[in-house]
Amino acid sequence: MSTSIPLAASSSRNGPSPIIEARGLGRTFQVPVKGDGFGGAVRHFFKRVTKDVVAVDDVSFTIDPGERVGFLGRNGAGKTTTLKMLSGLLLPTSGTVQVCGHVPFAKEHAFLRRIALVMGNKAQLMWDLPAKESLRLQASIFGLDDAVWQPQAKALTELLELGGLLDQPVRKLSLGERMKAELMVALLHRPEVLFLDEPTLGLDVNAQAAVRAFLKRYNEETGATILLTSHYMADITALCSRVLVIHDGRLIFDGDLKRLTSRFAPEKRIELELSGDVTPADVARATAAVAEDERCASFRHTGSEGRLVRFAVDPQALAPALQRLLAVLVPSDLSVTDPPIDDVIGRAISGDAPPATAETAP
Amino acid sequence: MRALHLALRLLWMRSRGLFMASYAYMTEYRAELLLWALSMSLSFILMGVWFEASSRADVGITPENVVRYFFSVFLVRQLTVVWVVWDVEEQVRLGKLSSQLLLPIDPVWRHLMGHIAERFARLPFVVVLVALFFALYPAAFFVPSPSSVGLFVLLSLGAFLLRFIIQYTVAMGCFWLERASAIETLHVLLYMFASGAIAPLEAFPVEVREVLMLTPFPYMIWLPARALMGDVDVDVLWRGALVMSAWGGFFLVVNRVLWRRGLRRYSAMGA
Repeated sequence: MSTSIPLAASSSRNGPSPIIEARGLGRTFQVPVKGDGFGGAVRHFFKRVTKDVVAVDDVSFTIDPGERVGFLGRNGAGKTTTLKMLSGLLLPTSGTVQVCGHVPFAKEHAFLRRIALVMGNKAQLMWDLPAKESLRLQASIFGLDDAVWQPQAKALTELLELGGLLDQPVRKLSLGERMKAELMVALLHRPEVLFLDEPTLGLDVNAQAAVRAFLKRYNEETGATILLTSHYMADITALCSRVLVIHDGRLIFDGDLKRLTSRFAPEKRIELELSGDVTPADVARATAAVAEDERCASFRHTGSEGRLVRFAVDPQALAPALQRLLAVLVPSDLSVTDPPIDDVIGRAISGDAPPATAETAP
Repeated sequence: MRALHLALRLLWMRSRGLFMASYAYMTEYRAELLLWALSMSLSFILMGVWFEASSRADVGITPENVVRYFFSVFLVRQLTVVWVVWDVEEQVRLGKLSSQLLLPIDPVWRHLMGHIAERFARLPFVVVLVALFFALYPAAFFVPSPSSVGLFVLLSLGAFLLRFIIQYTVAMGCFWLERASAIETLHVLLYMFASGAIAPLEAFPVEVREVLMLTPFPYMIWLPARALMGDVDVDVLWRGALVMSAWGGFFLVVNRVLWRRGLRRYSAMGA
């Protein structure tokens, strides 16, 4: 495809300093507490009781220009609250944050022109009008001339494969098409920093892949910085080499995705498909054969199902383990994989691996 | 000079963009626009009541002027209707304000241009209703002078802006209360009583009228309506301009203070 997105104009983009800098960032919410039932409702009417909920606590990190960073954590971990502080929607209750050299909460126009926040579950488009009307409005608000925004819109239309759909009312578009249109509107002013909160939420597999491919290309062509939260680990593995893991409002990991995997799930998974159903004798034979090599002490059977049998082993012992395994079992198919990243995150959160201080981002 | 030129150009681009988008949005709701225009028909009901009363006793206004007055009230209300408190309440409560805060323009402009665009979209329905009214009551037909029409438009614009800034200030309560529209309900009660929407101010005792004239309400309906009738003194006009400016300035300052404080409390929930 020959379409390309013009580079965003910025004099400070390629400077040596981080484009996002959070220091000791924290946010506490006051949440009303209401008792159960009728009595609780009556008591709540006469006396309001609130409690402090710490959503984000002492979070520090920096992100350099052009990085693609995944922000991971369970529901309520503090991901979205952090994104809202970074984009200026929320005032931090402690700590400091700077994005593009600005304090986000001040909402200076010069700052807002350099960032975009896309929330997957919230429409920024005008529901009853064609998406092109939202584009036109966005262009006028950002003061973009036709000569500037129309080529940009054309390029985005082609990249996102939205041709012919922009004339339809937004309510008539599918969820995936709407998400693409949301992205298009958000990127019209060519933001240098893109915050994405669940950008593929609810999309089918094809639409998810299209959005991922688009974001990757946008980053590569414009050098834009992307900070992304997602429940779909495929988003993170496809887009981000660096991840931040947040749990109960605290940052518990900051570093390379591969290092996260090796630290919290330091093993490879081996899956063999045999010609017939797996028997306990097959498993015993395989385990005994591999155990003869003392380098393969970590080797273990993790499960069997029909013709499939699964083992796990330390990455350093993979080669000798496979050699001995294939000497006693003859598979019709074989695969070696890393553990699913969901498991890795789950272990990181539950502290299954030895805790360590946050690693420095590469 | 160049900076001023660029600022004016940006203002024009944004105003035009917001107006066109809002107008396109409003034209999607044709049936609703007719119903909204019809919902102001209370003036015609009150016209009948006060016509009957003024025919039987001296209520400070002649039957002929009652008809003209309430017809003018109908038009003023069409031009000055404001609903911003409900929009802001929904935006704050559901977190929809977030997407507005990410744009390099104060959200108030979007609300303001939305109201202005609605006026233009509503206009054809108002014209039809006016024609229908005169077809049913040809005796009520009157032709105001061009200067009266000019003054009416100017005062209605001022009344709209004053009503807008007051209601937008009430809407700032959304940052502290779940339903700021409850305050608006109380405000509407005062507005309907003191603005001349229910009864011409001439029907009030002089002392009450003098007190009311210090509030912003009479200038939101009574003054523009009297202007269209061609029945307003220069002294009253100047006084109106002064009181409207004072209240407008006061609410503008309060609004900006509450907006800044409210944003610090905004939790962006739901978005």
